[in-house]
Amino acid sequence: MVDLNIRERIANNQRSKLVEKTVPIVLFSITIISVLTTIGILYTLIVETVHFFGRVSIVEFLTSTKWNAFSSTPSWGIFPLILGTLKIVVIGAIVAVPTGIGAAIYLSEYASDRTRRIIKPILEVLAGIPTVVYGAFAITFVTPFLQSFIPPLNHFNALSPGIVVGIMILPMIASLTEDALSSVPNSMREGSLGMGATKFETVSKVVLPAAISGVGAAVVLGLSRAIGETMIVSIAAGSTPNSSFNILESLQTMTGFIVQVTSGDAAFGTDVYYSLYAVGMTLFIFTLAMNMISQWITKRFREEY
Amino acid sequence: MIMTKEKTSAIHIDNKNLNHSPMEMQNKEIFTSKNFNLWYGDNHALKNINLSFHENEISAIIGPSGCGKSTYIKSLNRMVELVPIVRTEGEILYRDTNILDKNMTVEELRTKVGMVFQKPNPFPKSIYDNVAYGPRIHGIKDKKTLDQVVEKSLRQAAIWDEVKDRLNDNAYGLSGGQQQRICIARTLAVEPDIVLMDEPTSALDPISTIKIEDLMQELKKEYSIIIVTHNMQQAARVSDKTAFFYQGNVIEYNDTNIIFENPHDKRTEDYVTGRFG
Repeated sequence: MVDLNIRERIANNQRSKLVEKTVPIVLFSITIISVLTTIGILYTLIVETVHFFGRVSIVEFLTSTKWNAFSSTPSWGIFPLILGTLKIVVIGAIVAVPTGIGAAIYLSEYASDRTRRIIKPILEVLAGIPTVVYGAFAITFVTPFLQSFIPPLNHFNALSPGIVVGIMILPMIASLTEDALSSVPNSMREGSLGMGATKFETVSKVVLPAAISGVGAAVVLGLSRAIGETMIVSIAAGSTPNSSFNILESLQTMTGFIVQVTSGDAAFGTDVYYSLYAVGMTLFIFTLAMNMISQWITKRFREEY
Repeated sequence: MIMTKEKTSAIHIDNKNLNHSPMEMQNKEIFTSKNFNLWYGDNHALKNINLSFHENEISAIIGPSGCGKSTYIKSLNRMVELVPIVRTEGEILYRDTNILDKNMTVEELRTKVGMVFQKPNPFPKSIYDNVAYGPRIHGIKDKKTLDQVVEKSLRQAAIWDEVKDRLNDNAYGLSGGQQQRICIARTLAVEPDIVLMDEPTSALDPISTIKIEDLMQELKKEYSIIIVTHNMQQAARVSDKTAFFYQGNVIEYNDTNIIFENPHDKRTEDYVTGRFG
């Protein structure tokens, strides 16, 4: 027998205590940076928003239906910007929610393995297209196409970017919904089919309800992306804050206004400059609310199987 | 009694010696397989199965893992077709209708031939909605009938007293044994003709197992039951007839007491005495 002295060598092994001590410190510092950044952004947002409301009445901000930041007699009602965002979100949702869930049901419940292997990557490619490309697509293709049968459609409008935002969030909703449906155990489907239920009854009455928390979260996350979407609306929706519900007219969203101001239309220290933060804060409240709704849905409707 | 081998006559004599006339004893056939073969891709999983099951009896299918017993019971309600690469040949007659026929609608078959699965699989819904699921999908909508169906089925499944005060609670709040009885109630709610049970107690504790075995004896009065089990004592305790499957073949099929006390095939004897499997 060869004596390898394994026990002795293990006993004499000197591990570096320094590495064990420094690694958690380094990792903690890295973690804290992201937390501090978030806090920093929030702090700036709040301080500057408060400053804005020192110059402009918060009552006007919340109740006026006119937003005219660049006028010599400006008006500061946030309503048209919120309405602009909501128009885009609602149109996007009408496009993306039924198609996204429909596509997910097809992929998870009906498609053969082969079909799924081909279609899913294509959907994911769609999710990787830069939004500026979607914006260009909206204004150079979708808008003229829609104008060919809706003549009163303005060059800048809500309909075209709304549809394109819907196309943009569709893969996300489809993919997350598909994950939720696939995670429903097969024993559920067997239980239903074994009762003499048809495939569609099984999908609609057992699988979809069992996955409802995941499906709801997918929809809410998709919509919160639509709220924050900037490029498509900046390109194709125009920059006219609009408090009418007409979707054929030009409009401005909260994000669209922020782009307009930050791309050089306002000098530092002016009311317009500070309004940026108030609008940013409003936008932040909206997306935060969406995230909280998504988490609430996930928790509230979570099914354990 | 239907035999797969030429030993049939010998068994009949055995039965006569026990003062039973086999022809009088014989209940109506519910399932008859004739030269039934099944492949998963190239894997010949069931080979020339010839078997008959009878009304108001409990028929057990035993055999070692991979012998094809689960595949066979799932063929009886065509659930086996959920595996896309399955191919079958031969006939399975359900009360004289060949269920493998193209004209057979699986939904209709599965309504008459209910199934209880290995792992309790209630839907993530209330106890009430679980049991009412079958009647509802088959078009029964009025609350009064549903209430009665739910109560009747839960009573039949011997779980009414345990759940009657919390019918609106999620079925997942129940213990495994209770969940399995909810699944049995769910199956009974559409008043099937036959209940297939695929290792219904393999995921349960001994007390729940006994409850379900007792329940089967009650159910046998109104239903015909076919049960797959890897637990030989269970087959011996609950069943009237037992089929021994081995490597995709039916080795022996007979009255349960004969299979366990006086098997005719050496392999059956080795299996039931625990020498392999």
